[in-house]
Amino acid sequence: MAKDLVFEIGTEEIPAKFMNRTLEQLKENATRVFLENRIGYDSLETYGTPRRLVLYVKDMAEKQEDLETEVKGPSKKAAYDNDSNPTKALLGFLKGNGLDIKDIYIKELSGAEYIYGKKHLKGMDTKEVLKVLLPSILVSISFPKSMKWGNKSFRFARPVRWLMPIFGDELVEFNKDDIRCSKYTKGHRVLSEGDIEITNASEYFDKMRKAYVIVDQNERREIIKKQCEEIAKEKNGKIIHDDDLLEEIVYLVEYPTALLGSFEEDYLKLPKEVIITPMKEHQRYFPVEDEKGNLMSNFITIRNGDDSYIDIVRQGNEKVLRARLSDAKFFYEEDKKVPLDQCVEKLKSVVFQETLGTIYDKTVNIINNSIYIAQELGLEEKEVEELKRAAYLAKADLVTNMVKEFDELQGIMGREYALVQGESPEVAKAIEEHYMPRNAGDDMPSSLYGAIVGMADRIDTITGCFSIGIQPTGSQDPYALRRQAISIINIILEKKIHLDIKKLVQKAITPFVEKGIIKEEPFKVIDDVIDFFKQRLKNVLLDRNYEYDVIDSVLNVGLTDIEDAMLRVKELSQWKNQVDFLAIASSFNRVSNLASKAETMEIDSILLSEQAEKELFDSYMNVKNIFNEAMDKKEYHDALKALMLMKRPIDNFFDNTMVMVEDQSIRRNRLAMLKTIENMMMRFADLSLIVVNK
Amino acid sequence: MTFQEIILSLQNYWAKQNCIIAQPYDVEKGAGTMSPYTFLKALGPEPWRIAYVEPSRRPADARYGENPNRVYQHHQYQVILKPSPDNVQDLYLGSLMALGIDPKKHDIRFVEDNWEAPTLGAWGLGWEVWLDGMEITQFTYFQQIGGFDCELESAELTYGLERIAMYIQEKDNVFDIEWVDGVTYGDFFKMAEWEHSKYSFELADTKLLFSFFDSYEAEAKRIIEEGLILPAYDYVLKCSHTFNILDARGAISVTERTGFISRVRNLARMVAQAYLKQREAMGYPLLKK
Repeated sequence: MAKDLVFEIGTEEIPAKFMNRTLEQLKENATRVFLENRIGYDSLETYGTPRRLVLYVKDMAEKQEDLETEVKGPSKKAAYDNDSNPTKALLGFLKGNGLDIKDIYIKELSGAEYIYGKKHLKGMDTKEVLKVLLPSILVSISFPKSMKWGNKSFRFARPVRWLMPIFGDELVEFNKDDIRCSKYTKGHRVLSEGDIEITNASEYFDKMRKAYVIVDQNERREIIKKQCEEIAKEKNGKIIHDDDLLEEIVYLVEYPTALLGSFEEDYLKLPKEVIITPMKEHQRYFPVEDEKGNLMSNFITIRNGDDSYIDIVRQGNEKVLRARLSDAKFFYEEDKKVPLDQCVEKLKSVVFQETLGTIYDKTVNIINNSIYIAQELGLEEKEVEELKRAAYLAKADLVTNMVKEFDELQGIMGREYALVQGESPEVAKAIEEHYMPRNAGDDMPSSLYGAIVGMADRIDTITGCFSIGIQPTGSQDPYALRRQAISIINIILEKKIHLDIKKLVQKAITPFVEKGIIKEEPFKVIDDVIDFFKQRLKNVLLDRNYEYDVIDSVLNVGLTDIEDAMLRVKELSQWKNQVDFLAIASSFNRVSNLASKAETMEIDSILLSEQAEKELFDSYMNVKNIFNEAMDKKEYHDALKALMLMKRPIDNFFDNTMVMVEDQSIRRNRLAMLKTIENMMMRFADLSLIVVNK
Repeated sequence: MTFQEIILSLQNYWAKQNCIIAQPYDVEKGAGTMSPYTFLKALGPEPWRIAYVEPSRRPADARYGENPNRVYQHHQYQVILKPSPDNVQDLYLGSLMALGIDPKKHDIRFVEDNWEAPTLGAWGLGWEVWLDGMEITQFTYFQQIGGFDCELESAELTYGLERIAMYIQEKDNVFDIEWVDGVTYGDFFKMAEWEHSKYSFELADTKLLFSFFDSYEAEAKRIIEEGLILPAYDYVLKCSHTFNILDARGAISVTERTGFISRVRNLARMVAQAYLKQREAMGYPLLKK
């Protein structure tokens, strides 16, 4: 027989943004614990609202499965005496494990024979086991930030106020820090009064619904979506979707009811983002747009409750939004009056980082880095001038009222104020786009200026932090340097920019050297930064489904041009899947193995005596020219094709020539040739690292 | 309901919940948390329940009495429940009922908000409480005060009285709030707002104030060495307020800012430490009751 289990953890309002991960964790932990304890069931799900975490297990076995384990006893030698009677050691083993002498058998283990027995463990009643397992599941949940309250022995995101573990129709009674543990729960905070008794796990969801709690987050999500669509439609509009916002709202309400509010149309004259940001970030409202995608003077908010007195709730929310929009409008009008050049001056009193200086210092670095990149990319003088302007103004909006109030509007306000004050559209766009991508899923900058200023800004932060010893360690990455490096890489790959990253780092690091704030030798810091980029590039390429050995073989020969490394990885991946790569890789592997023993790379052709080594040398001289020319032109397909020509001569050489001969000069010469060949190959990749799996 | 009636309702409500109804502490401060009735009493293992109005000065928020929502000095209603009772959220909702705000007719939410006061070395977890989308209360479970873990955790409720009054009286401008019939908030404070704004932004003698800060700091340190906690703490509060004026005046550069904050925090930590020691030496008198 099987019964359902419901375990509800009643809490005070848990932060919405923790919930998805918390419910996953609850599911993982419970699944693992039940597996370890041999409790079978049909299905296991977790649910949550702001005030409860729920574990629901369908058709859970009433008993643990029996356990049969093999136990190892004394060696056969020690188990029986000379008359084949059991010794004390054997009898002790039998007694200790509750075994009978007829249950045991002999097995061999590393050359000796041992006594073994099968031990049976009878499964206990699930209900009894749950009394231990459920409290352990409760305390196994961890949160990004947790608290202590009321002298409890464990931490939680917010106080736990009741526990309701019911197996079938029985309470699984246990005491955890005197928290109420009963068959009673609570409904919606306002719409339901008193405690609600759950007599049987199977009636849980229905009873909660009657108490104005929709326990299933997926159901709440669908209700919210449907209601939003319906009421937006009444106004001939639709909501502007935002999955993160929706997800947050799902966990802010137990019983959702959408309502539509409005504000004065006059505010629609403000930039769209200025209206949307306070709505979404501060109030958790959905903005509404018409069929043409124009913002409407409406919003939708989700009330935690039913529709009684909904007009009061609507008016309250409208009033709050009106105050916020009137603030925003005031800020916008005030900000517009202040020339951006004046804002840049103010950056002199905004600290970026204590040792690295102010945002103004950073701006100077961004300008210099931008100019450097522009020159590397061959931009024209006029373009460089425009780019310089964009770099100069990139951070100006940080001191505007609007950005101080809503920091997520950085860049966007810069664009708006730049346009209002007559900057060119290209400059305005670059100011906004230099922050892109803002996060993992965000768009790339569409303009080259935006891309360049963005790289210039990020490389300044990365080299600056590395210079003063702030490097990411483990989960610590206060300046999000990893994300910034990944952004640079993605911009380069998206825009197919060929840039010597090492030279860029050298350039970016100069202000810190000149100011004398660099903590180590510059070359050491540069190496660290390059290694850091290598690791990030490796992750980016792995994310794009390239194989790790291909990536390693390319990155191991050094990183200068990221786009170029990408092209070689791409090319090598194709070869790896096309031809019989095992043979080729192993040929180069043989070269590399011996090349490491070489002391010199000077080949004396007079010392070449055997046919196979002469052929290999000729082949090398021939391939070298084709290969290097292809490499110079970045024609990587041709370069690899040329390398492949050496496969047969290499194999021939190893089959017929002894490298490690007595004669020192001949040995030296042969090793030198192998080293030279390896060296050539290394311009492309370290092919010996390629792993060929079937 | 007038502003005065709002205060009286809260006083009555929390008095019934066995809180001491205290009077505002007479040294300038930026928030009710800074009163020694909260800052010190939240430390250590002794239980404590108190409620009081706290006029809170924030020079940087001063607007010459011209902004409908921001003022130099606003009023907080501060409640400390230590230890936090299991039904603390219900007690809070009960206080809204006492103000005539029926949760059934509104949308009341507890939205995550974590509180931190760097000058006090204090932080806690909790929510801002929303009434139909408007933040009306800060609700915090203290975790650390003066850099010390809270042995017995308190719940702190901080009501923004002006916000609540504007909501109840349906006013769009703080100065239109009726304090009592016939006297508005503006009648009472508008001139004070203008004068304090003028002083904080234009007239404050920064050189003098910097020297005040140094002197207050030195005096706080000297007194704490003598084992006197409250007189020393008064000077910590004075340091903090002096810093706030200098900050509003624009006299403190961003680089110096962190330094000043850590100087105040350092003093707060010393006082907290001395207080903990003193209570221990006294045998925690409030525990025995």
